[in-house]
Amino acid sequence: MAEVVLENLSKSFGDTVGVEDISMRIPDGAFVVILGPTGAGKTTTLRLIAGLEAPDQGDIFINGQSVLALNPAQRDVTVVFQQYSLYPHLSVRENLAFPLRSPLLKTPQEEIDRKIKEVAEVLHIEHKLDNKAVELSGGEMQRVAIGRALVREPNIYLMDEPLSSLDAKLRAELRIELKRIHQSLGATLLYVTHDQIEAMSMATHIGVLQNGKLVQFGSPREIYNNPVSQYVAERLGSPRINVLPADLFGNAPKGAKTIGLRTEHIVLGRGVKGRVNRVEHLGDHTRLHMSLAGNDLIVVMDPHNPVSRGDTLAISPENPIYFDANGIRVL
Amino acid sequence: MSNFSVTTPSKRQKWVAGILVTLYALITLMPLVWIIMTGFKSSADSIAYPPKVIFSPSLEGYVNLFTSQTRLTSEQVATTPPPATWYDKLVRSHQMVIVGPSRFGQRFLNSVIIGFGSTFLSVSLGTLAAYAFSRFKVPIKEDLLFFILSTRMMPPIAAAIPIFLMFRELGLSDTKLGMILLYTGVNLSLAVWLLKGFIDEIPFEYEEAALIDGYTRFQAFYKVVLPQAATGIASTAIFCLIFAWNEYAFAVLLTSGNAQTAPPFIPTIIGFGGLDWPAVAAGTTIFLLPIMIFTILLRKHLLRGITFGAVRK
Repeated sequence: MAEVVLENLSKSFGDTVGVEDISMRIPDGAFVVILGPTGAGKTTTLRLIAGLEAPDQGDIFINGQSVLALNPAQRDVTVVFQQYSLYPHLSVRENLAFPLRSPLLKTPQEEIDRKIKEVAEVLHIEHKLDNKAVELSGGEMQRVAIGRALVREPNIYLMDEPLSSLDAKLRAELRIELKRIHQSLGATLLYVTHDQIEAMSMATHIGVLQNGKLVQFGSPREIYNNPVSQYVAERLGSPRINVLPADLFGNAPKGAKTIGLRTEHIVLGRGVKGRVNRVEHLGDHTRLHMSLAGNDLIVVMDPHNPVSRGDTLAISPENPIYFDANGIRVL
Repeated sequence: MSNFSVTTPSKRQKWVAGILVTLYALITLMPLVWIIMTGFKSSADSIAYPPKVIFSPSLEGYVNLFTSQTRLTSEQVATTPPPATWYDKLVRSHQMVIVGPSRFGQRFLNSVIIGFGSTFLSVSLGTLAAYAFSRFKVPIKEDLLFFILSTRMMPPIAAAIPIFLMFRELGLSDTKLGMILLYTGVNLSLAVWLLKGFIDEIPFEYEEAALIDGYTRFQAFYKVVLPQAATGIASTAIFCLIFAWNEYAFAVLLTSGNAQTAPPFIPTIIGFGGLDWPAVAAGTTIFLLPIMIFTILLRKHLLRGITFGAVRK
C-alpha cells in the first residue's frame, strides 16, 4: 500500500483536453472517489496513474518516487476496467491466477491456490472457478474482474466504474464488500464513478472533476455540505439540488444569482407558495414535484402526508447555498 | 413458435433446405467419388464404356503409382525368378517387372515440405504484420495496406517471367526454399489482410489488462492476443495451405528434378506407358488426403472463422 501524489498533471488528446493541471494527494489507505460526468477526465486520470497513458506535463509519485519512467507492470498497480476485463480464452481460475503467474510476481502454486480460494470466497464465485470466463453472467464477470485485482497486493487499486454494469442488488452487495476489503486490507483505492451513492457510501475522500480540472477535493461530508460551486453541488445528493433564482425568497447575499436548495434545506408550511404538479410515493418517503413562480423544484416529505396533485404548499429556505452568475459559491 | 417466426423454421422449410443441401453435396462429391473409385479399378475397367459402377477392385493403380516398371521379353520372363510379393505378381501378370520405386513419394514429400513450410511462414509473418498494422501507429499505414492488397490484383502467374529470371540469378530455381519463398510471397498479402481483421476484433483492453497484470508487450501478445486469434490463424492457415498445395503453374515453370511438387508430377504418369488412369486417380486420391486431414482437424475453427465478426457480442 502506498501514498500516491499527482502533481500538475496535464494530458490532451489532439484538441481534446483529457485532464488539465491536476494536483492531488491520495493518502496511504485512503478510498478516493473521483466524481464527474462523462468526459470530465476521470478515466484519463486513472490511466495516467496506471501508466497506460503518458502525461504531457506534470509528475506522478508513488511512495515518494516518480513513476513516469516506469511501465504499468513496474508501477505495481491494478486496474478494474468497466468492461472487457476478463481474458475470454481462460477459465475463471486461470483469470485469477494470471497476475500472480506474471514474470513480475512468479508466485508459487500453493500460494496461488490459497489466494484464489480466499478471493473466490469473498466474492461468492467458488462454484464458477472452472467455468470459462465467457460463460459467466455480467455480474459474475465483474466480480471475477474485481477478484483479479484483489489477488494482488499492489500499491494502489484503480477501479473504473467497476459496478456500473451490475444490477442494483449486486451493486449494493459489492459496495459493502469493497468497503470491507478496503478496511480490512488497509488498501489504497482510487475509484472512478458517476454514481453518488457509491461515492458517499465508500469514499474517505472525494475529488470532483470538471472539464479535466479538479475543482474540489475533500471528505464526502465536506463536498456535500460545502460545495465550492453549483457544479460540485449537483454531483452529490439525490434528488439533485434545486437551483432557483436567488431573489425568490428575499435576503439573498450580495452578488448571488441563484440559490441552491437541497431537500433538507426546505421548510414546508411558510414562505413562498407553490403548486404540487406530481406526487411520487417511493415507500419510505414521498417526492413532490412543485412549481414555484415558474421554477421547478423537488421536495421530500414523509410518506403519510395527504398531499395530492394540485395542492398549494408554502416553502421557505433554511441554511441554503448561494451561487454567483458563474455558478461559484457565494458566502 | 408462430408461422412468421424468424428463429424457428417450419417443417417444410427444413425439408426443402435438407434436400437442397443434400443435392449440393452430391453434386460436389461426385467427381471426388469418381476419382477414388477409378483409383481402385483395373486399367481395362477404368476406360470401359459405358462406365462401370460395379467393378472388382484392384490395387494396380496404386502399385503403378509407387513403382517404376519395365516390359519383359519372353526370354527374360523365362530367366527371371518367380514373383516374391503380391505386387510383384500383379505387375508380372501384365508382362512387366518392377525395377524400383517411382518418384511419386519424393514429389509428394516435396509438396508436404513446400506446402506446410510456406503456410507456416505466411501465417507467422502475417500474424506479426497484422498485429503491427492493427495496434501500432505505422506511418502511411493505409497506403501500405493498399500496396499489400494490390499484389493480389493481378494473377501471380502474370509475373512469371521476371520471377523465373530472378530465381535463375539467385540460384533458387528448382529448390524447395525457392518455392517456399514464392508461395509465402503470394500468400502473405491474404494472410495480413485476413489476420488484421481478426486482430482488430480483439479489444486492446485485454492487452492493457495484461500489461497491468505484470506482463511485457510481447508476453501480452503471446498470452492474450494469440489464443484469441486462434480462430483466424486456423482459417488463414487453411486458405494458405490450399493455395500452396494446389499450385500448378509456378511448379511446372520453376521446378523439375529436385523440388518438383505432386501437381505437375501426377499428369506425367500419363506419359509413362499409355493412359494409366487408375495410377493418376490413385495419385490424386493420396494428394487430397493431407489437405482433408488438415481441414478436418481445424474445421471447428474454420467454421467459426468464416462467420467471425458477423455478430458482435
